Amino acid sequence: MEEKELYKGYRGKALELLKSFNALVWSDVEVKTATSNFIGIILPRSEQADPNHIVLKMRTGYNIGIRADKIKEITIFGHKEAHYKIPEKEFPYTSGMPRVMLFGTGGTIASRLDYRTGAVIPAFSPGELYGSVPELADICNLETEKLYGVFSENMGPEQWIGTAKAIAREIEKGVDGIVIGHGTDTMHHTAAILSFMIQNSPVPIVMVGSQRSSDRPSSDAALNLIHSVKTAAESDIAEVMVCMFGPTSDVYGLLHRGTRVRKMHSSYRSTFRTIGDIPIAMVNKNMIKPLRNDYKKRRNDRTFKLLPYFDDRVSIVYYYPNMKADIIDTLVDSGYKGIIIAGTGLGHVNKPLYPALKRAKELDVAVYMTVQTLWGYAQMYVYDTGRDLMELGVIPLANMLPEVAYVKLGWALGQTQDLNEVKNIMLTTYAGEMTLREPSNGYLIFQGGIPEVEEFISTIKK
Amino acid sequence: MEINYFDFDFKPFEEMTREDYEKIGFKSGLEVHQQLLTERKLFCRCPAGHYSDEYNAEILRHMRPTLSELGEYDGTALMEFKTKKEIIYRINYDTVCTYEMDDTPPFMMNEQALDIAIEISMLYGANIVDEVHIARKQYLDGSIPTGFQRTAIVSVGGSLPYKNNRRINLIQMSIEEDSCREVSDIGHKRVYITDRLGMPLIETVTEPEMKTPQEVADVNRIISKTVKSTGKVRTGIGAAREDVNVSVTGGTRIEIKGVPRIELIPKLTYNEAMRQWNLLRLREELKNRGITENTFSAKYDDVTKLMKKSRFQPISDAVANGWKVKCVLLRGFKDLLRWKTQTDTFFSREISDRVRVIACLNVLPNIVHSDSMSESMPSSEWSILRKFMGASENDTMVLVWGDDQDSETGAKEIIIRAKEATIGVPSETRQALDDGTNGFERILPGPERMYPDTDLPPIVITEERFNKIKNNISKPFWDKLTYYNSLNLNEKISEELALSKYTNTFEILVNKVKITPNFAAFILIEFPKRLKKEGLDFSLLSEQEIIAICTLYKSGKLIREGVLEIIRASISNGKYTEDLIPVSCSEDELTNRLKEAKEQLKSTKIINLTAKEKIFMGLIMKNLRGRISGKELHGIVKEIKL
Repeated sequence: MEEKELYKGYRGKALELLKSFNALVWSDVEVKTATSNFIGIILPRSEQADPNHIVLKMRTGYNIGIRADKIKEITIFGHKEAHYKIPEKEFPYTSGMPRVMLFGTGGTIASRLDYRTGAVIPAFSPGELYGSVPELADICNLETEKLYGVFSENMGPEQWIGTAKAIAREIEKGVDGIVIGHGTDTMHHTAAILSFMIQNSPVPIVMVGSQRSSDRPSSDAALNLIHSVKTAAESDIAEVMVCMFGPTSDVYGLLHRGTRVRKMHSSYRSTFRTIGDIPIAMVNKNMIKPLRNDYKKRRNDRTFKLLPYFDDRVSIVYYYPNMKADIIDTLVDSGYKGIIIAGTGLGHVNKPLYPALKRAKELDVAVYMTVQTLWGYAQMYVYDTGRDLMELGVIPLANMLPEVAYVKLGWALGQTQDLNEVKNIMLTTYAGEMTLREPSNGYLIFQGGIPEVEEFISTIKK
Repeated sequence: MEINYFDFDFKPFEEMTREDYEKIGFKSGLEVHQQLLTERKLFCRCPAGHYSDEYNAEILRHMRPTLSELGEYDGTALMEFKTKKEIIYRINYDTVCTYEMDDTPPFMMNEQALDIAIEISMLYGANIVDEVHIARKQYLDGSIPTGFQRTAIVSVGGSLPYKNNRRINLIQMSIEEDSCREVSDIGHKRVYITDRLGMPLIETVTEPEMKTPQEVADVNRIISKTVKSTGKVRTGIGAAREDVNVSVTGGTRIEIKGVPRIELIPKLTYNEAMRQWNLLRLREELKNRGITENTFSAKYDDVTKLMKKSRFQPISDAVANGWKVKCVLLRGFKDLLRWKTQTDTFFSREISDRVRVIACLNVLPNIVHSDSMSESMPSSEWSILRKFMGASENDTMVLVWGDDQDSETGAKEIIIRAKEATIGVPSETRQALDDGTNGFERILPGPERMYPDTDLPPIVITEERFNKIKNNISKPFWDKLTYYNSLNLNEKISEELALSKYTNTFEILVNKVKITPNFAAFILIEFPKRLKKEGLDFSLLSEQEIIAICTLYKSGKLIREGVLEIIRASISNGKYTEDLIPVSCSEDELTNRLKEAKEQLKSTKIINLTAKEKIFMGLIMKNLRGRISGKELHGIVKEIKL
């Protein structure tokens, strides 16, 4: 074994000391300092931690750090290496149950500890999943395939295309539903692009993750997994959806349309919300309750469209007051082919940007407008500014969310460089990314403190 | 060594001697939890120490066991999972934020709390760790919404002095966040209030070096006084709670959790020792009957149909409810459910407790057994069951009832607990009860439940930080007592002073201002009590103000009475200012005052003539309080003919 592995994570003084006593990580030792003795196992150390301390797991299970230059002696009794394995049990096959494929891309839905970084790393197999969430076997015959092992911020066009192709392959093979385990940070980007790449799917495609990693007892991972697998196996909703907690309580999950969903809190369990509309359905352990009936229904045929295209020369510009024209110019000069602006209010930017936008149009860069308010439509006829911008070739995208517009533009440009065709694609609704109308309950952000809201919160577990 | 457990019979509590405890190999250690006096909670910025039963919202969660970093499931974790509880948290916006709800990652550890923990560790001469690693300790009972408690070792080792130059050694001290307060636990629903959640506390763990129940209580008192003497811990109900570990020779280390008062410790530890001893005797009895772990035989069956017309009401009600009745047959166990375990408590309680906790059947009675035939079910019903189960005269039958799942879990658990009797004392944590006995709480968790907290980096205790605390630390409680003793302060006032926040002020007054120890102790301890009765709060005075006042006294600008008077005036005034200094009484004024008072005395009707002098004194003092020494005035008054 390499030295790096033998003294995992240690460097500097601490590494020197361990080497001098030949004390490898996982050694069961007694460490002597001038004032006391410590008995325990030498643990690997996080690589970002300082080079001065040795980490010891004591018999009580606690870890402590001892400064290397205080250590006089290390006596080694033995070696006890930990294996972080979830008990693996073969996932049982029950004839007659729906077949569900679970694709893994990474994220905390299935994860374990990594000692080098001290962080949580993705881990995943049907056996492991069955070992930790045996309830899944009551729902379906589950198969899994690990497509990627990345955190969600590292998902990109390559992974999106790969995932779409993998889904297509499974649909053709006759799967009854698809679940995709995904980190939550960019789950809505992936949900949106898959909504465009796989069209007219005959089966549910459900994205799922967790906000509390599965290495903790209060994790939402197990319940999310149960909800999503149930949806994939049993629901009649043949769309790309995100399945995550409705409230922070362990009560039910929500099925959000892949193009209308967004992560809205950095850490809450109930972080995903449908924006500008209501979710498709609620799901709990026992039932799936549709909240609307305009969704695409499950079919037995296998006719669907796979459009795995993406041009990554697209950017998103979040407008702020006093933005300078060079921001747009730089993008254009760097060869970007498409720009999505998240404008203020109904879809506005300031005048100093006008020349740059004009230039972009002249150089065949597609520029589209969305709103940074997230809720509501880009309505550029209302004010002069909007009309000016449209004059400059900026095209409003109704109530398409900025991130959705971003992946859609990349997808459109991946299919054609003809900006008229691109415009045609952008303004056609394929998967509910723009809606004709916004129901008033599509915008409900309760304001805490108001008596009737407080009454609701105090009686219903949210 | 072969022990004959029948050699020794437990005597009543009062009659047990030190030798008796030695004979059974009584050993006990403490885990003392003490909340720290900080402004904010340990891992978030919620205010600390605000308690209220009122709440604004509720959330609902479940707990699932996870793997430890060594890749093992913990026994407690699996047990709690078996119970399948719905957990409700009551949330008050003012005391709880999204951190405690487990919807926001932790913030860095409260530095103030860590400093206090280090300081207290230093009092015990413990070794402070160089790097504090925050661990997650799993608690699947739901008492913490994350499912784990964030906890970290601050120091290892250390000791405290006990009688006759003995020292009790400490294993370690950790700093951790407090858990929720339980509101109720009925069936599959447990309710918690979250106000206490996240409060910083330290856990001091002693070696199991206490040899009698009384010693356990004594040592607990020393620990409690030591931490209180720093003035940096919380006091009042729930601010300090202890877990007591007890074992006897051949027994198991059993943790009695949540002991609310130190006075309960002797009775609790006595009863636990008795329980272990009697369980070991039960094991021997089983062995004599030929029942061991390997030969143990039991089974259970559904007997709902047979019990349809039961005359035992809990069962007839259960059947009417659509519940199931299960009969467990324990081969060769005749009369053993009536085996005495603790004071007025029998082995059947061990079984009933398990059924209550694990199967969530918490309406009592939750079992009935054939060893107690007379009290409950008619013998005709037992006969039917005996026949159905194929039970012999030597067997015992236990009935349990509940819904499909709970009755099943209950029956299985009865068998598990009965089988454990062949091994002896199962590893459990037990709950302290008011009558001094204890009940099953959960399976004892092991080190498997600990794993590192990946949300927070380790904290290095720099030499600078270490030295800063070390240099400002006051003496340990026991050293203070010795010191006050040497100053001839009486025992009561010494202890009160040592526990007060004025130990430092006291030393300044005595050593720098140079007033007598007795007067300093009087000002700091006795006088505040008097002021409290008058509705005045002595603690409103700062140390500087107290020193300034005493310095005036020492320089002769104030008389003894003047010191007290100015303290009184300063508190009323809101702060000490020099114009509050009483002007000493001139001879002219005194003459006038005496004259005035004499006039007044004449017009006063006095019934008890012996009190005349006292009344006269009072009349003068009304205007001269703090401006003339009472002793001096008394001398003058004595000379006057009234």
